[in-house]
Amino acid sequence: MSVSRPKHWLRWDSPVCWALSATAALIVLSFWSLDLQLGRVLSFESLARMGKFLGELLSPNVEATFLKKLALASLETLAMSAVGTLLAALFGLLLAVPASRSHSSDPARWRFLTRLLLNALRSIPELVWAALLLISAGLGPFAGTLALALHTTGVLGRLFAESIENAPQDAAAALRVQGVPEGRVFLYATLPTVSPQIMSYSLYRWENNIRAAAVLGVVGGGGLGQMLSFHMGLFQMQETSSVLIAMILLVVLVDACSYFVRRMLSR
Amino acid sequence: MTTQPLDTLPIKPSLRDPAWIKRVFWTIVAAVIMWPALVSTEFKPWVFFESENLKVTGNFLAEFFPPALSPEFLHLIAKEAWRTVAIATAGTFIALLLAIPLTLLSTTVLSVSSLSGRMNKLPFVMRQLIRWLLILMRSIPELIWALVFVRVVGLGPAAGVLAIALTYGGMLGKVYGEILESADRQVSTTMLRNGAGRIQTFFYSVLPTNATELTSYTIYRWECAIRASTVLGFVGAGGLGQQMDNSMRMFNGSEVATMLVVFILLVGLADMVSTWMRRVLR
Repeated sequence: MSVSRPKHWLRWDSPVCWALSATAALIVLSFWSLDLQLGRVLSFESLARMGKFLGELLSPNVEATFLKKLALASLETLAMSAVGTLLAALFGLLLAVPASRSHSSDPARWRFLTRLLLNALRSIPELVWAALLLISAGLGPFAGTLALALHTTGVLGRLFAESIENAPQDAAAALRVQGVPEGRVFLYATLPTVSPQIMSYSLYRWENNIRAAAVLGVVGGGGLGQMLSFHMGLFQMQETSSVLIAMILLVVLVDACSYFVRRMLSR
Repeated sequence: MTTQPLDTLPIKPSLRDPAWIKRVFWTIVAAVIMWPALVSTEFKPWVFFESENLKVTGNFLAEFFPPALSPEFLHLIAKEAWRTVAIATAGTFIALLLAIPLTLLSTTVLSVSSLSGRMNKLPFVMRQLIRWLLILMRSIPELIWALVFVRVVGLGPAAGVLAIALTYGGMLGKVYGEILESADRQVSTTMLRNGAGRIQTFFYSVLPTNATELTSYTIYRWECAIRASTVLGFVGAGGLGQQMDNSMRMFNGSEVATMLVVFILLVGLADMVSTWMRRVLR
């Protein structure tokens, strides 16, 4: 038995050495090519401007009429995330079926193509989808909702497909042996087996989507984000401040809710 | 208890559904909850099929083929794609620099006073304060940070880098803390109990135990940062996003098509690089 020696990760022929030097080179090149002028950014003048900006943010607009508008926009953001996630769960499930190889003799002809589609949906961020959809759906929450739905369909479809492929096969195999057609095998065996996972993935994405929906409006997709970009564009700092506070509250509230739900479920 | 014979049941046994009340109830509840949501999101799919919108969309999509492939444009796109990567890398690096001290200050693993019962008051308050700072940093989305920094430092990559640095600093700090605290503490407590300094304990027990997980999470965040830095371009932080925004404003479908493809390739490439790095550094 040979004595195991510690790895010489600094030797030139070890991949670790290459990975580390590549990382270092990437970091150096990034800073060098960006010309960030961090000196100017962190200068006294811009710090003072930052301070002034933050100071202006400390006096939010709390008029009743404005707060009512703000509450409506927050509800709109919540609604956008809920509808977007629900649509995405439906379409994700529809696409997950052709994207998964449910048993070993399944030909899964569409697996590659559907996965390609899911990857494309997933790798374009919500905000880019929203900007694209503005062209055909116009400004407003509908474009934002669809943008969330498209991106989340990619994410959930992939996750659902993985859980269908990894699900225990006992029930499905029992039905298949009896000659039950594939559609019913899916509805009566595979779907009930994976439904807890589907639920928890969807809820997790919903949580993410509330955060995403809050900012989507910045490009014109409705909700709090649209209010923010509107008031910030007009330099109405009091209103901007209220919107920002509402956004942060929403995000913190969602985080707290999900934390407590998780704790309750894991107990 | 007597069981009712099957043939006296009101419905045929093959159609009997023991859970039907529950199903009907939840369907109604879902409909009642979703209805106002659909109204509030102005969910009108038919706007797509109004003749005016259909024409604009059709023209835009028709321009997707062929995508813009002129050498000057490709050169510009390559430059902007590199900028996107550079913003993500620089932002993640600064986030790392912010997260390391904040993690060291906030983790309970390196607390000497908690070795014997409860932690002292002052260190406890300090750790809580830093946790709240981390929460504040990450609960403001990077896009909002970017909007703020664009106001303060002007348009350009600096706003994007700072936005990613702050949000991701908060996320890294939180997750690093969780990784350190969920790991096996036997070695580190033994060292602390025997009089090792906290820096020594960190470098000789905490870091070696958790190094793989810490690097793997950092690389994953870098991958996310590439996606985020594209989005930040839309508010004027430079990179691919800004170009995409410009082209969309001018309804230039062929340029948008090229950029979408480049973007998908970029994300795929980052995914591959990060998988390779994680495998190598294990």
